[in-house]
Amino acid sequence: MSIIKLTPEEQATKLEAVLSKYRGQGQKALMASLQQAQEIYGYLPLPVQKKVAEALEVSVAEVYGVVSFYSFFSLKPKGEYAFNVCLGTACYVKGSQALLDKIEDCLGIKQGDVTEDTKFSISACRCVGACGLAPVVLVNDDVYGRLLPDEIPGIIAKYKEEA
Amino acid sequence: MDMVNLTIDGVQVSVPSTYTVLEAAREAGIKIPTLCYLKETNQIGACRVCLVEVEKARALAAACVQPVAEGMVVHTNSPKVRATRKNTLEMILSDHNVDCLSCIRNGNCELQKLAEEYGIRKVTFTGAKSSSIIDDKSFSIVRDSSKCVKCGRCVAACKEQSIGVLSFLNRGFETSVGPAYDISMADAPCIYCGQCIVSCPVGALYEKEDTEKVWDAINDPSKHVVMQVAPAVRAAIGEEFGLPIGTRATGKMFAAMKRLGADKVYDTNFAADLTIMEEGTELLNRIKNGGVLPMITSCSPGWIRFCEFYFPEFIPNLSSCKSPHEMEGAIIKSYYAQKNGIDPKDIVVVSVMPCTSKKSEAAREQLVNKDGLKDVDIVITTRELARMIKEAGLNFNSLPDEGPDQDLMGEYTGAGVIFGATGGVMEAALRTVADILEDKDLPEFEYQAVRGVEADVKEATVTLGGKDIKVAVAHSAAAARQLLTKIKNGEANDYAFIEIMGCSGGCVCGGGQPIVNAQDLMDIDLRAERAKALYEEDSIMPQRKSHKNSQINKLYEEFLGEPNGHLAHELLHTTYCKREVYPESVIE
Repeated sequence: MSIIKLTPEEQATKLEAVLSKYRGQGQKALMASLQQAQEIYGYLPLPVQKKVAEALEVSVAEVYGVVSFYSFFSLKPKGEYAFNVCLGTACYVKGSQALLDKIEDCLGIKQGDVTEDTKFSISACRCVGACGLAPVVLVNDDVYGRLLPDEIPGIIAKYKEEA
Repeated sequence: MDMVNLTIDGVQVSVPSTYTVLEAAREAGIKIPTLCYLKETNQIGACRVCLVEVEKARALAAACVQPVAEGMVVHTNSPKVRATRKNTLEMILSDHNVDCLSCIRNGNCELQKLAEEYGIRKVTFTGAKSSSIIDDKSFSIVRDSSKCVKCGRCVAACKEQSIGVLSFLNRGFETSVGPAYDISMADAPCIYCGQCIVSCPVGALYEKEDTEKVWDAINDPSKHVVMQVAPAVRAAIGEEFGLPIGTRATGKMFAAMKRLGADKVYDTNFAADLTIMEEGTELLNRIKNGGVLPMITSCSPGWIRFCEFYFPEFIPNLSSCKSPHEMEGAIIKSYYAQKNGIDPKDIVVVSVMPCTSKKSEAAREQLVNKDGLKDVDIVITTRELARMIKEAGLNFNSLPDEGPDQDLMGEYTGAGVIFGATGGVMEAALRTVADILEDKDLPEFEYQAVRGVEADVKEATVTLGGKDIKVAVAHSAAAARQLLTKIKNGEANDYAFIEIMGCSGGCVCGGGQPIVNAQDLMDIDLRAERAKALYEEDSIMPQRKSHKNSQINKLYEEFLGEPNGHLAHELLHTTYCKREVYPESVIE
């Protein structure tokens, strides 16, 4: 998933197009709409949750309940390069907690946060389905497998250069 | 109907095929314990307290969701069932604030009762407790998450109201119940109907208690305390003292209130009659002068907040009449004060209401008079009144039957009494408007079509002054949403007058009423049982039409002038405001 910068107007138009497919459909369309809304905005701020709630005719609390349940959904903006550390069983036993600690250390932010220049963010997830490569870290759509904490600074440097 | 035969604890039962094991057992007189179950509202099999053993089944089944089947053999009381239930209860208790002695639900808690029934002596599980908050910022509802058992009953009740302010938040051990972003109920688009409170099996949700303020006012010699009590209170307060559901406890209620030490005790029914004079006149004027129709009643503060949050386009349809207890407060601080030579600043008006939303209503800035005084100073619920009566050591059931004080504002009619049941305000208004338009004392004045709880939205065509007009009655916020959506979509545009109440059944089932446990609710329709008490009182009143209240007529002659006149407008009418759902400022 590469991040395409959209203007607020473009975002609103895209969201409107998504929601028009699901209008009045209630709970059953919630996951699909939230997923697509997050693709547009990069995260799910309150105004977006309110729009989804209104279109689907469910309450804002119910939308928030779903957003806060799934680690895939984010309430905070993601960085341009979003680190996502797999803490699923296989990755965890292969040491992914150490990777997460190292990334937090290098970027000076905690899991769930974004750097001040909005370049980097860190999140954790449960199993990306690449257990054979454990431990796994994703940066946007790039997959890094069998990583060691020492390799983290190099990866970060690479994206800093790109930016 | 298809029937199936099954055996529960050796008893042969034949029940409709749509039944659950829980319902079948109930019919066979076998009690299965429940916690998350709330008939028709929450049947999700989440708490695992109602587990039973079904022969040949792989695992224990939750009776509240297990459908019956032909030939099924069920054991509700095997050693395995008992041990599992006990284990489940211990696990629930291990993350529960077991501060039972000082809990508001002490003695009326479903979890406490289960712990007692299952002989829980010690909770063997120890470890971390989930983090908790007490949210007491709103005027109406307090949320104590340390008591929450995550049964989902409040979430379901709020959703049933079509509001959904309460939801499950987060995940796993961090799961909690609250509004989006876990903000305070004070900032959430909550209508404060309190249906979450009466659904809660434990003490996780309760009314903001104001009884201490009432005691303080009573004990302050410089204050003149006037208490008033809403019609619905008499239909339920007896339950707090062990009387059967549906007992009309009017006499004992007034006797008890007088003994608490207030200077004066009145019945809000007086102001209900006054409301009819004002609202009836407003309706006639709107019809005559081409005003905004349909006109919608404004007695229910839950409904008013619902309208302000979710249907602000209907604000012009709202009657400008204050709700009855606010009118009564305004008259107490003007007419009554004048007549008795008391400075209104020294008067404390206490309303006893079946409602939690009334607490927030009393704090509305639109309900402060020109001298900066609130029409009503303190609102307590039926439950709080019962607590005060207990605290005062009164033996409610052996009190004599008494009535409200009779001077100035003591009289009331049957029309006022039925305000507490769905359809009551409509019927009371029709009784008066029909008489005015025909200029007669019509002998037929019971409008059966607007009574009852069978339909959420009731419609009727009534003949008033030779003309047919269409009216509708909606009870519960969900019913209001249904009706208003129809009107908005142009599917129903010929109503002249609509009554809306925020709670299903009307005020008799308000969020401030005594809490009936889920097991007892399996066998009765609480709304109908309590309403009976009010219709019974109506039927025995010497006057049953609001305009026949002689003290109301005297009030207009001596003080107010005409209904909807200048002074009436200043004292008895109000305004409303649009409210934003989750403005961004609430999450900052």
